[in-house]
Amino acid sequence: MKPTRFLNRATPYLFLAPAGIILLFALLYPIGYLTMASFFDWRMGTPFADAVFYGFKNYAWILNDPNFHESFMVTITFASTVVVLEMVIGVGLALMLERPIRGMSVFRTIFILPMMIAPIVVGLVWRYMYNPQFGIFNKTLKKWGFEPIPWLSSPDWALPSVIIADIWQWTPFIFILSLAALQSLPRSSLEAARIDGASEWQQIIYIKIPLMMPVLVVAALLRMIDAFKVLEVIFIMTNGGPGLSTEIMSLQIYKTAFVSWELGRAAALSNILLVIVLVITLTMFLYTKARDARMARIQAAVEQY
Amino acid sequence: MKEYSKTNTAVFYLILICLSLMSLGPIVLMLLTSLKLKVDIFNEVSTFIFMPTLKNYSSVLHDPSLMRYLGNSLYVGLISTLLTLVMGCMAAYAIVRFRFMGRDAVSLTTLLMRMIPPAVLTVPVFAIWTFQYQLGNNLHGLILVYVAINLPFVIWILQSFIEQVPIQLEEAARVDGANPFQVFFLVVLPVIKPGLAAAAIFTFRIAWNEFILALVLTNRATRTTPVHISLFLTEHNIDWGQIMAMGMLIAIPPIIFTFVASKQIITGMTAGAVKG
Repeated sequence: MKPTRFLNRATPYLFLAPAGIILLFALLYPIGYLTMASFFDWRMGTPFADAVFYGFKNYAWILNDPNFHESFMVTITFASTVVVLEMVIGVGLALMLERPIRGMSVFRTIFILPMMIAPIVVGLVWRYMYNPQFGIFNKTLKKWGFEPIPWLSSPDWALPSVIIADIWQWTPFIFILSLAALQSLPRSSLEAARIDGASEWQQIIYIKIPLMMPVLVVAALLRMIDAFKVLEVIFIMTNGGPGLSTEIMSLQIYKTAFVSWELGRAAALSNILLVIVLVITLTMFLYTKARDARMARIQAAVEQY
Repeated sequence: MKEYSKTNTAVFYLILICLSLMSLGPIVLMLLTSLKLKVDIFNEVSTFIFMPTLKNYSSVLHDPSLMRYLGNSLYVGLISTLLTLVMGCMAAYAIVRFRFMGRDAVSLTTLLMRMIPPAVLTVPVFAIWTFQYQLGNNLHGLILVYVAINLPFVIWILQSFIEQVPIQLEEAARVDGANPFQVFFLVVLPVIKPGLAAAAIFTFRIAWNEFILALVLTNRATRTTPVHISLFLTEHNIDWGQIMAMGMLIAIPPIIFTFVASKQIITGMTAGAVKG
């Protein structure tokens, strides 16, 4: 075989090999290892080879653990609240501000800044702002004659405080996305509605929102996935406290593994979180597939017509 | 087209400016605090009236350990970005030009990788890196994780750029006797430079900002800056001025990127939602 012909045949594999090897050893293998480890009674300090096989005991233990129940509820509350509020505020602002505006790109740049800086820095700044004595919120409240609020130090206020920080950071994502979706709506349908005398509200409810739906659903699911990934901001702001009031599942995984040194149990907990996120992701993938297929059919029908 | 009145326009700008202030507020507050002395920070009345000072920055930057951690962050960020880009664009090229996997397979993989919570990786990565790969407390171990985390996204985003390279360009090079590697490095790469730039910004930012994996994979010598900051946060007697100065140092590179390449960043951020 001539060297160039060999090279031509082997090329695709040679191009794929480096990335493939890295993904195999540094991503797929760890995930597999995680599943295996979750079936063992494995603590930090003992080599994995000496760990006792535990079957589903780690999972059974977690599912009966009141701390897990609490953490699970905190996670679900956190994720669903931030997604709903960010969607409502983000889409609402987009509908309100949808129009050609000079300098919009500058505003957009400013809006994405909170998402670009390190999560740990976001946690830091918000912890500072929530400070009971010299934080900006309580300072302002006192100046206006209101009672100061124990933001991060009370179990009732801690979760809402953390949620507010997340809303600050991520609402712009929904806003920018909905604005882009609004601007790419077919002008003809909006024009037709206007000519037929539809009011501003009717246009929003019967035309704009239904047409934006495909993008909105995906945006909400993406935010949902990201909300389950949150760890660093809360780690810095409250470290899960007071009590367990802000202990989201990813924080509980970290603490189980690196504070209580229960690696096997942390692995099982990780797998539970992974399954939850996997379900959301697959929903999203199937939804986009169906959506794109539907779009293609409509496109084809329009062309035929 | 609908008519937009002048007063309406003013209201729109007013709303946008208020929203911008809300977005920028906490960041500006961090900047202000980093320029304050302790007395001014603990002042319970005024926030904006104080004598600015660079004392926090000078004491932070004179700390040899912080310089070391900044160096670690920079090294890990640059090397992992470089490796991710090289491997990522090669893989993307193979997938597009040789029709390897379907587009669906690639976007599904990217999506699945994007969904993995970093916390889930802490246990296996810590154990494997420390006990099997002998990469615990080693900067190259950290680079390896970051490359793996970023690869799927980079492959996915570069695909769309490679699809736009006219195949005739490559065929012409072939006819002139170039082998596949020459075609790739001398013909394709220069054309997809904008895509590479966007991917580089994403990768570097993630490596530069990442905290939890760095926390479990590094020690006193190999720490990155975010880990160093977190250890500075104690329960009481926090030196907020210095912490905010360090926070600014971490925040500056991403802020610069945002202003330089906001368009590409927005495209990359929203791509997943608009197009499957």
